[in-house]
Amino acid sequence: MLSRTADSLFWLGRYSERAGNVARGLGATLRMALLAEPVDGVEREWRALMVAAGCEPGFRERHDTAAQEASVHWLTLDPANPSGIAACVEAARRNARTVRTALTVDMWEAINDTWIEFRRFDSGAICGDRLPGFLDWVKSRTLLFNGAAADTMLRDDAWRFTHLGTILERADNTARLLDSRHGAFAPDAAADAACYAHWQAVLRSVGALRAYQHVYHTRLDPARVAELLLLRPELPRSLVSCYAQVERTLEAISAANGGNPGECQRLAGELHARLRFGRVGGILDHGLHDFLTGVIEENITLGQEIARRYLNGQTA
Amino acid sequence: MADRPASAFDEMHADGGIRSPYTEMAQFLEATGQGVLEQKRREAELLFRRIGVTFAVYTEGGDPERLIPFDVIPRILSREEWERLSQGLEQRVRALNAFLADVYGPQDIIKAGRIPAELVLQNEGYLPQMVGFTPPGGVYTVISGIDLVRTGPDQFYVLEDNCRTPSGVSYMLENREAMFRLFPDVFTRHRVAPVSHYPEELLETLKSIAPAACQGEPRIVVLTPGPYNSAYYEHSFLADEMGVELVEGADLFVRDKVVYMRTTAGPQRVDVIYRRIDDDYLDPEAFRPDSALGVAGLMAAYKAGNVALANAPGAGIADDKAVYPFVPEMVRFYLKEEPILQNVPTFMCEREADRDHVLANLDKLVVKLARGSGGYGMLVGPHATETERAEFAARIRARPGDYIAQPTLALSTVPTLCDGGVAPRHVDLRPFILFGRSVRMVPGGLTRVALREGSLVVNSSQGGGTKDTWVLDDPLAPGQSQSMGPQGMTQSMGGMSQTMPPMSPMAPMPPLPGRRGPANDPGQGGR
Repeated sequence: MLSRTADSLFWLGRYSERAGNVARGLGATLRMALLAEPVDGVEREWRALMVAAGCEPGFRERHDTAAQEASVHWLTLDPANPSGIAACVEAARRNARTVRTALTVDMWEAINDTWIEFRRFDSGAICGDRLPGFLDWVKSRTLLFNGAAADTMLRDDAWRFTHLGTILERADNTARLLDSRHGAFAPDAAADAACYAHWQAVLRSVGALRAYQHVYHTRLDPARVAELLLLRPELPRSLVSCYAQVERTLEAISAANGGNPGECQRLAGELHARLRFGRVGGILDHGLHDFLTGVIEENITLGQEIARRYLNGQTA
Repeated sequence: MADRPASAFDEMHADGGIRSPYTEMAQFLEATGQGVLEQKRREAELLFRRIGVTFAVYTEGGDPERLIPFDVIPRILSREEWERLSQGLEQRVRALNAFLADVYGPQDIIKAGRIPAELVLQNEGYLPQMVGFTPPGGVYTVISGIDLVRTGPDQFYVLEDNCRTPSGVSYMLENREAMFRLFPDVFTRHRVAPVSHYPEELLETLKSIAPAACQGEPRIVVLTPGPYNSAYYEHSFLADEMGVELVEGADLFVRDKVVYMRTTAGPQRVDVIYRRIDDDYLDPEAFRPDSALGVAGLMAAYKAGNVALANAPGAGIADDKAVYPFVPEMVRFYLKEEPILQNVPTFMCEREADRDHVLANLDKLVVKLARGSGGYGMLVGPHATETERAEFAARIRARPGDYIAQPTLALSTVPTLCDGGVAPRHVDLRPFILFGRSVRMVPGGLTRVALREGSLVVNSSQGGGTKDTWVLDDPLAPGQSQSMGPQGMTQSMGGMSQTMPPMSPMAPMPPLPGRRGPANDPGQGGR
């Protein structure tokens, strides 16, 4: 496969997943903001979400305070935010268009229709009561794309690179959202209502509130919440699930492309092993923030290594 | 303003009767209401929008991805008409190739005084880099599009040759697919020669020009300027249909005069490039240094015989409007034959006698830029105002070398669905000719139609649309099966329905053919 095609498919997967993740994170934060103490609590919530999405500095350049309306606009419709939903939809469609022939018709229509409909939204669509509906729509479009890819693509390199982008982005998102509330997981954190709300919000932002109950059948506690999101293979958005798939997908890619695994495959294996054999007690004792910062940084390195090995078009 | 020259030849109605290729179609149009046709037109538009058959216009604002209007009434040629045309087209393409081999080689035609040396050698389209080099297979114009117009039953003229990167073949193919979907029953009453094997013919042609250095199965790619090019849909369509990679310049690189593409499995050697990038942008080392679309070192690889390019750089000298008047002479000079297809008489404003004639007859002539395309910078004398003509006369006097002029031809008309009903509209025809080891064509081509009443300008950028173009095969004699293809069973159904009486509009529908229409798509080369 052409390196450029693989690159476009990989980023198509990432941007489509990112649009849905921003919508999920936004939905959870919206709920927290409703419960939080007035003014500074609300502002802290929105800043935390933007830090998690990696778009807080850009926002700070444009706004002094993180008022809800401005924050929501920045994360949804503002094309200037490279991690916002608008930019994700645009970038996903741009990548899809350059590799039209590598996509199935269903995938193309999922992406293209999203792009066409998205252009009709104005600031009214993200105001007040209409915001939850808008967020549900974004989430459903990502689900539709993922479903179209899973159900209609041949299991060849086109599928593998699209899927690789999707799960790498998903791992990154879970790590960032959990990290944005790491304070509520510190060993000395009080088990009060505020912390409880944070644990709930983390679970909600990856759609795992119900899953928690199905797995543990007990009230929320920080160690179990962290374990679910980090180490439980049953949860498709847990880090261990994502990296198991990253590793498997990279193995299949190298087998189909000459067999040289490259540094990216070693890194993915190392990350996966750490999660597979890790214990939540040890992670929390050493500090959740340090652990997650390490994962996020290694995930960036992993993305760079994948690009170096497959996407940049090496000439040797 | 005359709507159309009174003498315009209508391809369906002639002398009050119906011309034979249109017998069935005339009955169908008679029995089908305007409303149904308009409904079909809307369906066609949805179909094209959905598939994404668009041409991109990124400069003028508005919707950047536009549809070319599609007319649902086909243009129909008989097999005899097509046979004559195809012989003429093959002859013309062979002559154009011989000309290219000559002007980049011994230059016999110049030495013989049959064409002025400066017209060729000083021409912008003449590439000194190609002098003394013979492309793989000796072929320059691997893919040509020859624009034809018609003025009478047997009067076809070549309006212009396109020897660089002619486009439009994807419309020819998609128009046919759309017609299969819209009018399956109409096809059962005609034996329409198939065109859908064009991509296979193109692939075979490209394989046949693989350079001698190529070992094993040649690796072929389509090189596009990218998604912002107006013909990007066609580039991706052809790559997809041929099952080859669609590459951009940055996907290729040259090492030791060998071209490679960058893949996830490392560099892979490329043998044949069907390039849809203009000469100027092909290789920043050989041509425009600021080109970001091309591949550095490509020309060196080409001249080392390690890669084939279709079409050859420098082929544009053959389709230059100033060279055009000499094409019939090329046929005589190289092939020792009389040209089957005629040129439109052309006045070259550079010559004094021609210029005087042009200036005195501006109201009867079409004036064109010698180096323009897309119908821009053109004066249609009989339709122009006094002021416009005066303006053009001044321009011609100022830069005579830039202009040529031709008589206003009474272009033939074909019934077309218009707002007020079915009405005659002027058409031209662009058949596509493939030239590798042999000359290949699929019967027909792209018919362009001037949708505005009376207009003679068919370019899509100027309000033109397209039509499906049918070449009718003779009905099969019972039991005859030589043209049976992979869908052999349905082929005989096509034969059967041919002998049935014309269906009334209320007759039960025949079984729907799929996207690859069966009866008319035996997948066999109509040559």
